[in-house]
Amino acid sequence: MIKFDRVSKTYPGGQQALQQVDFHIEPGEMAFLTGHSGAGKSTILKLISLMARPSVGNVLINGHNLNDIKLSQVPYIRRDIGMIFQSHQLLMDKTVFDNVALPLVIEGYSRKQIQKRVSAALDMVGLLHKIQQLPQALSGGEQQRVGIARAVVNRPPLLLADEPTGNLDPKLSMEIMRLFEDFNQAGVCVFVATHDLGLIARMKYRTLTIKQGRMIDDGLNDQNDPLSTLSDLQDPNLPPMTKLPPKYTL
Amino acid sequence: MSLLFNGRAGDNTTRRVGFFQRVFMGGINHLRQALASLGELWRSPLATFMTIGVLGLSITLPSTLYLMVKNTEKVTAGWEQAGEISLYLQSGTTEQQANQLLLAVSLMTSKIDSARLIAPDIALEEFEALSGLGDSLAYLDKNPLPFVLLITPKPQYLQPEPAKRLLQELEQQSVVDFGKLDIEWLEKLYAIVSIAKDIVWIVAILLCVSVVLIIGNTIRLNILSQREEIAVMKLVGATDNFIRFPFLYTGFWYGFLGGLLAWMLVAFLLWWIQSGVENLAGLYQAEFTISGLDMQALGVILLISISLGLIGSLISVQKHIKEIEPS
Ligand SMILES: Nc1ncnc2c1ncn2[C@@H]1O[C@H](COP(=O)(O)OP(=O)(O)OP(=O)(O)O)[C@@H](O)[C@H]1O
Ligand SMILES: [Mg+2]
Repeated sequence: MIKFDRVSKTYPGGQQALQQVDFHIEPGEMAFLTGHSGAGKSTILKLISLMARPSVGNVLINGHNLNDIKLSQVPYIRRDIGMIFQSHQLLMDKTVFDNVALPLVIEGYSRKQIQKRVSAALDMVGLLHKIQQLPQALSGGEQQRVGIARAVVNRPPLLLADEPTGNLDPKLSMEIMRLFEDFNQAGVCVFVATHDLGLIARMKYRTLTIKQGRMIDDGLNDQNDPLSTLSDLQDPNLPPMTKLPPKYTL
Repeated sequence: MSLLFNGRAGDNTTRRVGFFQRVFMGGINHLRQALASLGELWRSPLATFMTIGVLGLSITLPSTLYLMVKNTEKVTAGWEQAGEISLYLQSGTTEQQANQLLLAVSLMTSKIDSARLIAPDIALEEFEALSGLGDSLAYLDKNPLPFVLLITPKPQYLQPEPAKRLLQELEQQSVVDFGKLDIEWLEKLYAIVSIAKDIVWIVAILLCVSVVLIIGNTIRLNILSQREEIAVMKLVGATDNFIRFPFLYTGFWYGFLGGLLAWMLVAFLLWWIQSGVENLAGLYQAEFTISGLDMQALGVILLISISLGLIGSLISVQKHIKEIEPS
């Protein structure tokens, strides 16, 4: 579904965000991406959603190389990807309904369809009763859930989330994760970037770990020992990694 | 339409509706967007009114000048029609000679509409009556006025150039002292009117450019103030066109409302001037109404102002919407 083929990203200004990143997420898979702040998690998601382009290497979705996508085609790619952000990215002067309806309006759905799907999506995140509110009147967690409803309202085959539980208490975080599980069970490929390690530990899904722009664990090599990488991550005083990534030592 | 997933196109049921229904729904959608843009303008009435005021005033000036020039042309066209050539005969010409000339001139039917001879006695009487100098004229021992032949040329000889040639031809006749065609002032007037016309055009073009710039800048500010919204829309897959339309409609409304305001202002200005013009016309025992501000003029003004609005917003939208990218 998502394939990174020796991807490097250097931001304008010389900041090397990713170096030679390789991984593959299968269709219908649910996976987590974790790493320190500044490791390059958001950068990976931006490359998938075409908010950034790789400096070197190829990103493929469903076998299509995103390097071949023209600027004018980018909006159509984004319609296939549901995206959830840490900052909710809602339109503050539009109601919850209008916010969730936006992807459908853009795609030209009929009024009736929009009504039906928006209600269903809001029901799923438990916010149907706030459908006519403005986002300002919602709590941070509620705004986050509106963002999730918007991401799934047009039933994309791929769901990306960047720190979706950043604003939520542990109980609500778990509920959101269960929601992602439900989507995943319905066949959606879910890819979540987070540094909420406790949450990941409880979920038992494939976890990719990135450190200073290098993929140090793509979650396939040592499923039974995620703790080693976790403890490694939790120690900020560790010197920069000098050995080759696990991939090359195999 | 999904580029990445082949099976996904059928998911969207609106793609399955018929062509005409889709066109119809597209039309409804555009109408809704247009009204939404109008509502958006209504939400900040003061800013909207100021912008429309500037546009209205900018369009009013050239429109008013244009109508004035057109009306001036109409007036002078009336004067042209009254054009006459006066032939003054040499003093000492007998009545018989004068009548012979009248006959000869009357026979030039291809160039002359009518000719009339005014005898010195009649001319003197008329002069006495009009000037009020009756008593003093009685002291003259002999009538100093010559025979005068008043000639109305055919319409095609009323233009300055042909009229001049006709005058020269008539002056060749015997017993004619000199002819008079009071046309120089008309030529001067024509020259002035044509300069005025050029000025109107220059002013109009400059103000049209400024209207485009004003609308372009207003739309630019609108776009920048909605930066975040635009970024969000792009994030969920909006094409540039989708984002563009509301701003184009805003430009349309600015143009439309500005044009309407201009039309009302012009109507008011003409009404204001009209009384003065009536006064002036009364001095010349004439009646004159300023005309030209009809439905057609409204249509032209609206067409121009809406076009300017669309051009302004198009320029802004083309440049600035592309620049906004989510990050
Ligand atoms: N637009 C940008 N321009 C320049 N450098 C950037 C830009 N975005 C990110 N970076 C840099 O790239 C590196 C990776 O950033 P990224 O946002 O991917 O980290 P992250 O893993 O998402 O961190 P966090 O957990 O704090 O969100 C960082 O060092 C950051 O400074
Ligand atoms: Mg991040």
